[in-house]
Amino acid sequence: MKYLKTNPSLCKGIKACEKTCSKAFFKVEDPEKSAIRVKQTDSGFEINVCNQCGECIPICPVKALSRNKQGVVMLDKKLCVGCLMCVGYCPTLSMRTHPDLREPFKCVACGICARACPEKALEIAEK
Amino acid sequence: MDENKVFEYTRYTEGIETMKAAHKVLAEYAFTPSLPQKGYNNRSLHIDLGTLKFTEKKIGEDMKKTFTGGRGFGLKYLWDAIKPTTRWNDPENDIIISPGPICGITQYPGAGKSLVVALSPITNIPIDSNVGAYFGPLLKFSGFDALEIQGKAKADVIVVIDGVKGKVTIETAPQESLDSHVAAEQFTHQYATDEADLRNVSVVSAGAAAAHSLIGCLNFSYYDVRRKVTRLKQAGRGGIGTVFRDKKIKALVVHGPQVKGDMNHPADLGRIQRAGVKLHKEMHDFDDKMCTMRKVGTTNIVSVMDAYDLLPVMNFQYGSHPDTKNIDKTMWVQQFTQGIPDGCWYGCSMACAHGVDEFALRTGPYKGHKVIVDGPEYETAAGCGSNCGIFDPLWVIECNFYCDTYGIDTISFGTITGFIMECWQRGILNAERTGGLDMSWGKGESQLELMHQMARGEGFGLIAGQGVQRMKKIFSDQGWGDYAFLNDIGLEGKGLEQSEYMSKESLAQQGGYYLTNKGPQHDEAWVIFMDMVNNQIPTFEDKAEALYYFPMFRTWFGLNGLCKLPWNDIEPGDNRTKNAPMDAAKVPEHVQNYVDLFSGVTGREITKEEIIKMSERVYQFQRVFDLRMGKGTRKYDQPPYRAMGPVTKEEYESRQERYDKQLMDWMQIDPAGKSTEEKMALHRKYREDRYQKLVDAVYRRRGWTSNGIPTLETLKRNGIDFPEVVATVLPHLSESEVREVRAAYTVDKKEIKNKISKTKDKKPASKKTVKQDKKNKPKIKDKKPAVKKAKPTPKKGKTIKKIPAKKKPAKKVIVKKKTVQKLVKKIKPKAKRTVKKAAAKKPVKKPKKK
Repeated sequence: MKYLKTNPSLCKGIKACEKTCSKAFFKVEDPEKSAIRVKQTDSGFEINVCNQCGECIPICPVKALSRNKQGVVMLDKKLCVGCLMCVGYCPTLSMRTHPDLREPFKCVACGICARACPEKALEIAEK
Repeated sequence: MDENKVFEYTRYTEGIETMKAAHKVLAEYAFTPSLPQKGYNNRSLHIDLGTLKFTEKKIGEDMKKTFTGGRGFGLKYLWDAIKPTTRWNDPENDIIISPGPICGITQYPGAGKSLVVALSPITNIPIDSNVGAYFGPLLKFSGFDALEIQGKAKADVIVVIDGVKGKVTIETAPQESLDSHVAAEQFTHQYATDEADLRNVSVVSAGAAAAHSLIGCLNFSYYDVRRKVTRLKQAGRGGIGTVFRDKKIKALVVHGPQVKGDMNHPADLGRIQRAGVKLHKEMHDFDDKMCTMRKVGTTNIVSVMDAYDLLPVMNFQYGSHPDTKNIDKTMWVQQFTQGIPDGCWYGCSMACAHGVDEFALRTGPYKGHKVIVDGPEYETAAGCGSNCGIFDPLWVIECNFYCDTYGIDTISFGTITGFIMECWQRGILNAERTGGLDMSWGKGESQLELMHQMARGEGFGLIAGQGVQRMKKIFSDQGWGDYAFLNDIGLEGKGLEQSEYMSKESLAQQGGYYLTNKGPQHDEAWVIFMDMVNNQIPTFEDKAEALYYFPMFRTWFGLNGLCKLPWNDIEPGDNRTKNAPMDAAKVPEHVQNYVDLFSGVTGREITKEEIIKMSERVYQFQRVFDLRMGKGTRKYDQPPYRAMGPVTKEEYESRQERYDKQLMDWMQIDPAGKSTEEKMALHRKYREDRYQKLVDAVYRRRGWTSNGIPTLETLKRNGIDFPEVVATVLPHLSESEVREVRAAYTVDKKEIKNKISKTKDKKPASKKTVKQDKKNKPKIKDKKPAVKKAKPTPKKGKTIKKIPAKKKPAKKVIVKKKTVQKLVKKIKPKAKRTVKKAAAKKPVKKPKKK
């Protein structure tokens, strides 16, 4: 199963991942529209992103969430009714929502952010 | 649950294309489909089945401001449609389905409700019923904030609203089933364009028994994409299904566009999203520790009620039973399929709409079929289960299924059957009188047969379908039992059967049941715990405050198309620590969510206080409506004694310790040496007096006279002092109020005369005669105005004539002698099934209080 592996100890908080992600999917540099989020803590940085656990899949009332061939949890926007139950039920709070957007969004393990991270704190991995 | 599980059900789709080809279109209407803007389409659709005419009505700002939507719109339209003399089976009776401005949002749990309003056959006053499933939202996304159906069709018809094509048709549908689990599946598949479109179709239907009883319900359907089956939710209370079948409607079908998260075009989507995600998260974090709604729905409280002696057992005689464990949540968690989203509208993370899958039926026309049973919910488990002494979950499930598919309200049916079984216990009924049905406690098979008789329109089922109030009279008229006793043990108020909580030890809940607009249901106030268990409202004034706040607050759900459950069946984790107990009971953080939802959708900023004001306008209007239809006064707010205290010796003695202690504590009377009968009489007097004091306090708090009539000041405060409303209360007001009315309103003598003659002529009640001060009084512009505006009164009191008290139609329980004879005659005993009378009188094992 493909997923975005994080190594927060390497993170310096540049947040290139957030900018790249929102730019790639929503054409703006807006951390609120990024699937990956970096937060400063007392001891360093915390990286929050979907780990593809799939707990959201059975929550969806319209079967809009499913795994693709690589095991990545994908949202079918055509089926989605924007109920956001998956957002409230995500155990890592990594399913995102934004007032400009009808449907939620999440990390699809595309790897753009990993390539943008100068500290190599992110990588696409298998588990 | 396995994500790929395929459910095996009996299917009813074979031959549906042939069936559809047999439809004949009787009338067609083209409209422009629209989506709501800020929660409203600002129009409704009126259909007259008698004349086959369609009318679009505009909904203006005044209408929205005064009545909000949902139940408010329903009551307003019903008021305009009927006259004080209208009866439930007159063509002008109006079935109104209205979803409300918030309805249809997908982000917050419980936001897909429709409110159905009609003149009830069982109470002869307006009834409103709150129902889930997709019809209301899809109607709204087709372009209408309400659907009104008046008139009667000549033969069975369906009404199809296609919100994609912009077309409404009235069609014959001769071959499809009347029974809802079949009809919903057949019509859903007929009107969906393909499999993906199935979820965009919803069907409203009743069932075979609705036409043969006064307790018919409506089933609203939705397509469950995971189970691949149509499912049903019920507008249960008050017999709207009976009105539906009286109008010869087989089904209403709506086909809407595919639902997305912003179909209401809300003013502030983000505000709604934030509230929704917050609640989803609470469900995720706390439901397992709180109510376990996601696992067992409302059945979670069966065992709680039993533990507090509040579960109705054997027609509300007792409050607990050793066998309750067989129908409590430990059983339902096994029966309900787990781990599957079970919301009755998108976004309901509370997901209480559980189902028993692949249930093999054991009786009736569908014996052997494998079906999904929607439920049981608490009310059904308690009403059709413990209240009938039935503790076998399989009978409860079967009863639930047939109630739904036949179009019968499970709450009324449970209370009716419990009443019948007690009549059997006491020899008021026997096998000869029931046509051979053994109605002993616990007889699930007999309960089901009673239901099948109701569906076939035969036997004792016909009498049962008349409801408890009429049965009391029928049994006493036949000389089978004493009316006073029957009246004591039959749990109904205003003609509506009581829902399934024991109120004997909670005075506030007695008021919560019987000081209601539509009869004893728990939709308005459920204050048992606050009152009896937690003792948070000890004084009459405290109780009156609770019976003001909660009914008003809970009315708001029905105005907006919301479900009550996500309000307090889940709470923020810190609700109880952050707030004082009485505030915690209001769940302030969730009330704020509702402020955010309303303002977020409509763009109209409101406060928590405004929620109460919005509700009160409609609540007081409904109270006056009851008065207009001949009820709505103090004498109709009285409970049967079983709801207040122990009627029989067995009841008293089963809880003797409690009752004896109350004699000492409440009345300072030493029970020693007194007979049970003497002690019961003391209790009765005390409890009945106490109830009257509560009534006084509640009436004062609600702004009503001592006879339960909203005062002029109350009407003015709520902005509902429309001339017709004022005219309705006028004969009941004080002299000073009448003088005030004379000063403020002009009532033209000639117009009064016209009004009376029009009423007699049975012409539509659209022309109003009481004129009003133009400057000061609110105006309802939409469609036929409720009031005709007049010039300001130039001289105080000069042109006013007191409006004569309307001659109220007789409101006694009308059970025609011929009808009774006919009904009783129809009961033919089955020779082989006759049960000996002696056996019927066998003493019943009484459960002891734990």
